Amino acid sequence: MADDPDAPGPDGTGDLGRGRDEHGDRDLERDRERDLDRELERDLDRDLDRVFRREAGRCTATLIRILGDIDLAEDAVAEAFAIAAERWQRDRIPPNPGGWITTTARNRAIDRLRRESTRHDRHVAADRLHGLGAGTEIGDEADLDMDDEQDDLDDLDAFVDVVADDQLRLMFLCCHPALSADAQVALTLRLLGGLDTPEIARAFVVPEATMAQRIVRAKRKLRDNHAPYRIPRPAELPDRVATVLAAIFLVFTEGHTATAGDELVRVDLSSEAIRLGRVLVELMPDEPEAVGLLALMLLTDARRPARTDDAGAMVRLADQDRTRWDRDLIAEGHDLVRACLRRNRPGPYQIQAAIAAVHADAADARSTDWVQIVALYDQLYEIAPNPIVGLNRAVAVAELAGPDAGLAALADRATERLESYQPYHAARADLFARAGRPADAVTAYDRAIELTANPAEAAFLRRRRAAVADG
Amino acid sequence: MSQYLMSVWHDADYEVDFSGDEFQRIVAQVDAYNEELTAAGAWVFAGGLHPASSATVLRLSDGEVSMTDGPYAETKEQMGGFWVIEAADLDAALEWARKAARACEDPVEVRPFQDG
Repeated sequence: MADDPDAPGPDGTGDLGRGRDEHGDRDLERDRERDLDRELERDLDRDLDRVFRREAGRCTATLIRILGDIDLAEDAVAEAFAIAAERWQRDRIPPNPGGWITTTARNRAIDRLRRESTRHDRHVAADRLHGLGAGTEIGDEADLDMDDEQDDLDDLDAFVDVVADDQLRLMFLCCHPALSADAQVALTLRLLGGLDTPEIARAFVVPEATMAQRIVRAKRKLRDNHAPYRIPRPAELPDRVATVLAAIFLVFTEGHTATAGDELVRVDLSSEAIRLGRVLVELMPDEPEAVGLLALMLLTDARRPARTDDAGAMVRLADQDRTRWDRDLIAEGHDLVRACLRRNRPGPYQIQAAIAAVHADAADARSTDWVQIVALYDQLYEIAPNPIVGLNRAVAVAELAGPDAGLAALADRATERLESYQPYHAARADLFARAGRPADAVTAYDRAIELTANPAEAAFLRRRRAAVADG
Repeated sequence: MSQYLMSVWHDADYEVDFSGDEFQRIVAQVDAYNEELTAAGAWVFAGGLHPASSATVLRLSDGEVSMTDGPYAETKEQMGGFWVIEAADLDAALEWARKAARACEDPVEVRPFQDG
């Protein structure tokens, strides 16, 4: 990138120079120029931010493969972004910023390897070079001897391609089943989402030190254990994909209904989960559950504008103003659900997306096709016979056949495991109230409120309880 | 290749009827598993341990080594035996551990050795 001193910049806005004869005007002009400078700076900061969020995961994914070490890769990418931020203040953002960052990060890292590295580090780099086909390991030692390190390091140029594969490798690495779900999510947001540790800590309402430790431990575990940097073999793939999907969905649900914190919806996490879902669909277009997950998230997120009222209080699905639902997201979700139906390889996420699509079709709660929804829940329960699905099915049954039928369906399924699950008590409370059993309803609301950490949701339950108690 | 410890865990107070059919069945499973490990070149070492109540702990303090009746960790679960294996990476090690858990029917913990 050549520096261009003639490039039009904030100083070249000559028209603003008119009327400088008068002092007052001149001051005004100077203020205006300063404002303009600041605005351009803000625009650039925003652009850089956007580029960073979009490209960080891709660049990090490729650098991990080149360097064989997560921390080295993160440092290299951070360094490249710092150089970019400075350079792009002067020039404009290049047409392929991700490629620019990746190349710069790689060059810096190679320079450093050449300059400072011990023989051991060079062996690791050599192993990255020769071990590409077999899959790289995080933190593995090479047993290769390099006759000509220089040539081999130059061959690293070939490594900047096949970026898509790298992102997939990184997804599988971050969501390794040997890590806890918390660690998977934190690592995914950090390495693929480009979020920094304080941001992730805020999003999950945990102290920054806790989140930092969680991330450091996860990275160290992967390194000490020689976790491979590769796409799992076909035999392992279904389980491994399921773990990745679960982690992305966990990010989404955490954003959709924050388990703690004051706001009901934390937009950033939901959007980030959808972004990751899109990346996954792009990378694994033949994986119907990835498509199903994306559709489910889009159709659920479409309701976001209607999920809280103007005062920030939670609004139930049945009471939501459906004109506020995001029709573009619904249309996209519908398309994906239809694509899944054509493929006819159903799975839990696809079925849940189909259920969300049926809701989205109804102009209001009363005109919902509950027969269809109960049938879908039956299908879901067959594939995933867990009590939460049983609970949701019972709620749908109540809509179809009345609250007593719903309560019966609830008793019918193995729901005793839900004793400490807030939505179970909230649903029972609602069914009791509708079945004309206010005393039972109040007891169930009390239990639900006890189990709620989200203030907006707790406030909602208290209002419902009061309405029932007052008869 | 890296080395991993696969330890087998069970309740501290478990009793084994060594002559029982149940035990014989598990012994046969573990033998078959050990043969598979050996055939694959993954075997390094393995062994079962006497109950944790047989352990003695030695500890250095102020230049003196004292001795106490063990085990060291006063937990409900104790290590009952272990394998040391060679594996290409974590995923390969976890695959061996999956088979180990099926063979011994107890929880198996996988832990990497420091690179020597």
